[in-house]
Amino acid sequence: MAVKLKTPLGEEVLELRAGDVVYLSGRIYTARDAAHRKILELSKKGKLPFELEGAVIYHCGPVVRRKEDGWKVVSAGPTTSARMNRYLDEILSLGVRGIIGKGGMEVGPFVGRAVYFAFTGGAGSLAAESVKRVVDVYWLDELGIPEAVWVLEVEDFPLLVAIDSRGNSLYR
Amino acid sequence: MKDLVDPIVDAIKLAVTTIPGDTVKALKQAYESEESEIARFNLGNILRAIEIGKSRIVPVCQDTGTLTFFVKAGIGSPYLGEIERAIIEATRRATLEIPLRPNAVDVLTGRNSGDNTGKGVPVIRWELVEGSDVEIAVLPKGGGSENCSALAMLTPAQGWEGVKRFVLERVTECGGKPCPPIILGIGVGGGADYSLTLAKKALLRKVGERNPDERIAELEEELLTEVNSLGVGPMGMGGKTTTLDVKIEIAHRHPASFPVGLVVQCWANRRAFLRIKADGRVEVWQ
Repeated sequence: MAVKLKTPLGEEVLELRAGDVVYLSGRIYTARDAAHRKILELSKKGKLPFELEGAVIYHCGPVVRRKEDGWKVVSAGPTTSARMNRYLDEILSLGVRGIIGKGGMEVGPFVGRAVYFAFTGGAGSLAAESVKRVVDVYWLDELGIPEAVWVLEVEDFPLLVAIDSRGNSLYR
Repeated sequence: MKDLVDPIVDAIKLAVTTIPGDTVKALKQAYESEESEIARFNLGNILRAIEIGKSRIVPVCQDTGTLTFFVKAGIGSPYLGEIERAIIEATRRATLEIPLRPNAVDVLTGRNSGDNTGKGVPVIRWELVEGSDVEIAVLPKGGGSENCSALAMLTPAQGWEGVKRFVLERVTECGGKPCPPIILGIGVGGGADYSLTLAKKALLRKVGERNPDERIAELEEELLTEVNSLGVGPMGMGGKTTTLDVKIEIAHRHPASFPVGLVVQCWANRRAFLRIKADGRVEVWQ
């Protein structure tokens, strides 16, 4: 099945099934190891500068080019999600409804609340085609380009539901 | 003296934007042979990403990796004293101009240097050879696959059976993490450090190119079949193609040791070469 979704996501994600193809539009937030630590640290203090209710987190450190009027994403495929397993439960507790990555994650935390979307690892030039613009970037000076949180507006980003909210997984 | 920075930047650009023809051919064959829709979704995306990288001259994968340069330096070359400075400068310029993702992070502070240079990086491996040519191989390698690389210090009694078991277990354990279909570089012998260097250098060989030693070539074929029978498949979601090729390089070993270095490479099997002749002529190829 192929469905179109737009962020922020709600309970409709609970209906998705492993193997479904999703075309995702709207805002997504990139976050890798360091950004996860920063997000959790600031959310505990109530100082997180963006809202993650219904959000989609993308495990990605893009290649970006600085332009006169901002940033352009050149290549933006997923990074290995398993490194973020240790933050998964807390991140989903902030209302996050979807994680995009590669390689899969622990299934348990997704049950009843969110889904894991896979995009093809290494296909960064193709993923960048779905990125319409860079909306914002957080902590660039502190974390550097790969680890900063890039807020990206995507259109029809083609994704596979690889872990669904019932605990089904495509990973062997 | 000729400026060596430009051709090194060209080689880095070729490596990150163009996946070598041998690898593309193997990926197309994989696409044809896979039956599951999911395996074809992933392989189809891979082939499209390769097209976009080549036609728009952008990095195919956003993880442009850590740059390793294998330098075969002819002792008669007039450029020997220039090479290291040129490689570092080319890395800086390539990061800005192509652009590459800055991937060099200070181990103590976590601070990103911003230009892919820093303590010990880019990695430059020197080998002195006869003659007056300098040949440089550029190997940009991503972190996801490198995290699956490993060393095993087997006992001589475990031998080649032990090598197979180690490789099969490691590939299974890593699943989709290193972006399969992968390419495996295996170095056996020479000590712990050298076996890993051999394994990484093995990745410079073309997909489908066997070790010239027939006995080793046979072991490569056997492992290729066995790894593909694991069913890990493209991106770890099942399928016939887990690895595109297995490369083995050997060195003599200590009688008490059987070191095995395993370097896992992702499908974005990036590499490029350049040769600097004594008269200043330069060739760049894949």
